Amino acid sequence: MTTTLVAAAPQVDITARVAAARPHATAGQVVANTLSLAWRSVVKMRRNPEQLFDVVLQPLLFTAMFAWIFGGAISGNVEAYLPLMIPGILAQTALTACMATGVQLREDMDKGVFDRFRSLPIARIAPLAGPMVADLIRYAIATVLTFTMGFVMGYRPGGGVLGVAAAGLLVVIAGWSLAWIFTWVGTIVTSARAVQGISMMIMFPLTFLSNAFVPVDTLPGWLAAFVQVNPVSHVVSATRDLANNGAVTGEVGLALLGCVIAIAVFAPLAVRSYQKAV
Amino acid sequence: MTSTSTITVPGTRAVHSRSGTPAVRAEGLVKTFGDLRAVDGIDLEIGSGEVFGVLGPNGAGKTTTLRMLATLLHIDGGHAEVFGVDVAKRPHVVRQLIGLTGQYASVDEDLSATENLRLFGRLQGLNSGQARSRAAELLEQFGLTEAARRPLKQFSGGMRRRLDLAASLITRPPLIFLDEPTTGLDPRTRGQMWDTIRELVAQDCTVLLTTQYLDEADQLADRIAVIDHGLKVAEGTPDELKSSVGESTLQVTLSDPAEESDAIWTMAGLLDEPPVPSPEKGRLNAALPDANRAGEVLIALHRAGISVASVSVAKPTLDEVFLAITGHGTDNEPTTSAEES
Repeated sequence: MTTTLVAAAPQVDITARVAAARPHATAGQVVANTLSLAWRSVVKMRRNPEQLFDVVLQPLLFTAMFAWIFGGAISGNVEAYLPLMIPGILAQTALTACMATGVQLREDMDKGVFDRFRSLPIARIAPLAGPMVADLIRYAIATVLTFTMGFVMGYRPGGGVLGVAAAGLLVVIAGWSLAWIFTWVGTIVTSARAVQGISMMIMFPLTFLSNAFVPVDTLPGWLAAFVQVNPVSHVVSATRDLANNGAVTGEVGLALLGCVIAIAVFAPLAVRSYQKAV
Repeated sequence: MTSTSTITVPGTRAVHSRSGTPAVRAEGLVKTFGDLRAVDGIDLEIGSGEVFGVLGPNGAGKTTTLRMLATLLHIDGGHAEVFGVDVAKRPHVVRQLIGLTGQYASVDEDLSATENLRLFGRLQGLNSGQARSRAAELLEQFGLTEAARRPLKQFSGGMRRRLDLAASLITRPPLIFLDEPTTGLDPRTRGQMWDTIRELVAQDCTVLLTTQYLDEADQLADRIAVIDHGLKVAEGTPDELKSSVGESTLQVTLSDPAEESDAIWTMAGLLDEPPVPSPEKGRLNAALPDANRAGEVLIALHRAGISVASVSVAKPTLDEVFLAITGHGTDNEPTTSAEES
């Protein structure tokens, strides 16, 4: 009896496998697959530490540079400018960091391993979401270093430890959410160089046409109107409220709403064009 | 007890008679890239347990066909099923039944061999312990245990392909796609790869492989489909295909190309089929039913006073099979290979 069953194994195996196959990835699988691929990205980060140059050098360099160049002109002196500027630098570094997410995804997608990902019964969003989860580490590094550089230069945030921690968390969330825009660009453009170029065109207006570095009331009316709807402005205002005053204001809500909208629009777009990409 | 055995036994026979659901069934598959019809209505039926070769030159549509069946490319026309499951409608189910080894090693360069296998194991639902032991088992089988922790950048081409193959077998899928498994490997490594495919892959699963080499299809495949310009131009066992061009080929280069028609006439009188002039002036290819008949041909040419500059006897190549089937050579154009990748 037992032998007969074993002999029949190949055919039974296939029919049973077809029957046992799941029609779609489950929610549990989405999480598990994303974490597995996040692990892959973390290993790669550890092996290629030069990928972290941007999030290490930019906060140090830009904080010092912007403070000493604009500090006197905008706020009278460097110390007075820091509470205005540090949240701006935070937003800018987070955006630069998420730009790299798109570029790296494009480079990754050209490699054979992405063919295998596409041929595996895994959640379609996981190959995109995995690296993005790993990039939380990059946003965290950028955030911690910007605050540290600020403290060294004399920034004393009024929000205390809790306020600063909340501001840092908000920046990390915002970076992750806005990264979906660049991930989408990564899936529709065919070369990493082009992703870089297009991302720059998105990033510069988003950061500079905001309240990141200058008070909005110094701007002409038409520009102020754009600045006020720019989600980056809300992230910057919310970060200022949290770090400088320890206040959870409506700006925090608006910033989070902007993040949710960015994910809701660009995550499905990215997944769809990723599936189509050859 | 008795009733169970009566149900089980017919099931067993079904495997051997191949009357069960075919592993792959494709009807009129079409893929277009702009104006180019890369695949132009291909039908395939591959029985469960078979090793099936898709043979053709670069740009013929082999890889495109395979990528459509493996759910990597959208099917523009026609219909495809894997073990009875519609590829276009239920890709997630199909992906649970197949393993894919691509033309370019589809493993992660920055991870070690063990890490690669563990990652793919985890992605397919093995827990950490299962993934680790399955990785160790596969590395052992594929002779990669010693290199398991070395960075992949130090792997030879052959080791990389073996790892790639191992990665396709983690969940023991019943159907494996091999896209040009030995392209770019040196002859010795090719031979090893063939052994590996025979011993570790073809034993347990149905295999669909693409290749540019007749000898590779001959070594591995039970049946072969020859593809050209997106169309299936022939199908049969390796022996059937080869017999269409004879057991071996006699290539004669004449000292004086002007004597070509005389030589064709002389040779045609001796052989079943007339020799085919090659694009080079004064060179003739003749199919020989038996390599030993080369002598007769040369003696006949000598008696007819036709002088021969060089002579060779070789096994048929893909080029000759192609020439015999399609009437044109394997015009490998560099531009078409880009479309395939």
